[in-house]
Amino acid sequence: MGTPVTVIVGASHAGVQVAASLRDLDYPGEVVLIGDETHLPYHRPPLSKSLLHPHDAEGQVLRPASFYAQKRIGLRLSSGVDAIEPGERRVRLRDGETIGFDTLVLATGARARRIPIAGADRPNVLTLRALGDAVALSQRLAQARDVVVLGAGMIGLEFAAVAAAGGRNTTVIDTTERPLLRAVSVEMASYLKDLHEAHGVRFLFDNGIARIEGKGRAERVVTLDGQEIQADLVLIAAGVLPNVELAAEAGLAVDNGIVVDANLQTSAPGIYAVGDCAAFVAADGRRLRIESVQNATDQARCVAAAIVGRPEPYAKAPWFWSDQYTAKLQIAGLWTGYDRAIRRDTADGSGFALYLFAGDRLVCVEAINATADHVAARKILGEGIALTPMDVQTPGFDPKAHMRQRAA
Amino acid sequence: MPQINYVDHSGTCTPIMVPLGDSVMEGAVANGVEGIVAECGGSAMCATCHVYVDPTFSALLPEMGEVEDTMLDLAASERHDNSRLSCQIRVTEALDGLVVRMPESQI
Ligand SMILES: Cc1cc2nc3c(=O)[nH]c(=O)nc-3n(C[C@H](O)[C@H](O)[C@H](O)COP(=O)(O)OP(=O)(O)OC[C@H]3O[C@@H](n4cnc5c(N)ncnc54)[C@H](O)[C@@H]3O)c2cc1C
Ligand code: FES
Repeated sequence: MGTPVTVIVGASHAGVQVAASLRDLDYPGEVVLIGDETHLPYHRPPLSKSLLHPHDAEGQVLRPASFYAQKRIGLRLSSGVDAIEPGERRVRLRDGETIGFDTLVLATGARARRIPIAGADRPNVLTLRALGDAVALSQRLAQARDVVVLGAGMIGLEFAAVAAAGGRNTTVIDTTERPLLRAVSVEMASYLKDLHEAHGVRFLFDNGIARIEGKGRAERVVTLDGQEIQADLVLIAAGVLPNVELAAEAGLAVDNGIVVDANLQTSAPGIYAVGDCAAFVAADGRRLRIESVQNATDQARCVAAAIVGRPEPYAKAPWFWSDQYTAKLQIAGLWTGYDRAIRRDTADGSGFALYLFAGDRLVCVEAINATADHVAARKILGEGIALTPMDVQTPGFDPKAHMRQRAA
Repeated sequence: MPQINYVDHSGTCTPIMVPLGDSVMEGAVANGVEGIVAECGGSAMCATCHVYVDPTFSALLPEMGEVEDTMLDLAASERHDNSRLSCQIRVTEALDGLVVRMPESQI
């Protein structure tokens, strides 16, 4: 038997972590990490936050170039995988080259959803997923006066916050009835909506863009209900599509993501999927696809362990963050399925947390400038510490004290 | 450029010149210093950039904010009095020569 080979497709948060963890776990084989972007793998979250400054065109690298060499990770950038040939156990690159594998990890992530709107091909109508998008967007923003964002999801709102804080007339349009329909509870969405409105953002819900007009470049958008809104910059932030085509064409099961089992293995033995592209089964039995750094890196570690012969079902408690104006949103757990939200204000009144329960079971804590609640929630959810609605409602409830007391 | 000395768990020291204004975490990551993971990229969300600061420098450090103080409770290795999140320490001239020790594990 020769040296085993693991090929990883997609060199971002998930793919890089698989490679790094394989080396941490002393994987004896070859590791080939193939990515179709030109830059060294970089942190994606800053793209809608601090990176919106033109001088950051290099991005914030996950690891320096020397890291890949030292760890014997064969990083191949600007290189797309065109096909998987599961029978032959090899992948085919765009230039025709083939690379054989014993184990394959799909970490292909997701791409910005494009919406077929007339006029969306104008140069000042953009999407935001990759470093180049952020650079283009920040350059346009510097010149812009009237900004329209289609999509009140996390990226749309983060960008709206940057635009509004920079004094731009900012309008956010969404086809649903509230912001962050997929990401946070009704109560948190309502808080964030008020926050944006206090900074001058105008929301149009249950609405959409019918067409984008202007001579050569976008000058205004026309909404579905016929309003004309001036715009010299339009961001389409209408969610993402998981990159599943490669898997689907190879005959792997796909259902809003590449379908994986409890160990993150696809329907083909020895082929795994991790991160934004993977549809996995959560602890409560629901099939989920989570778009977060935590999910990408924790799943990557899980798969690396499986590859070196230590498979364990994936079971990490999710966490997520977002920065909007001076509000630091920190989420532990998943909000869906809650039927009761209990609010706790921090002692000094500068922040609050929403404890979301499904019946008596804590499912999620959403915190605004309330890190103690967030940290406690991560421990409580991660370690299965009991917390009831009554505990939270008890006057003087202290999340940290509760966590310490029960963990002890 | 101030020099920051990164000491790993086995005691090996890697001196790195870190640009003013960068964080101690960024200095490590940009130069491939192992022992600082920085999963969240400096957002004070992951506590995988935990370091023990040599006590002789304690007084020169920026004061610990509440977020950092709280997040340190999630660190994988034991928290000590000199524990800090290296992503929250910006390098200044005064920190030239700073010694930070990295914990046994960050995850
Ligand atoms: C603007 C923005 C802000 C965000 N903010 C946050 C945040 O605050 N907190 C948080 O937790 N998460 C945030 N996220 C989400 C987070 O960045 C993603 O969950 C994470 O990047 C997922 O990592 P991944 O490796 O699974 O996928 P991706 O990062 O999408 O990487 C997939 C990679 O695979 C490449 N690829 C795809 N197909 C092929 C192929 N056939 N061949 C070769 N390469 C291929 C892609 O080009 C890409 O480089 C944000 C995302 C964006 C875009
Ligand atoms: S890098 Fe994540 S907390 Fe410092």
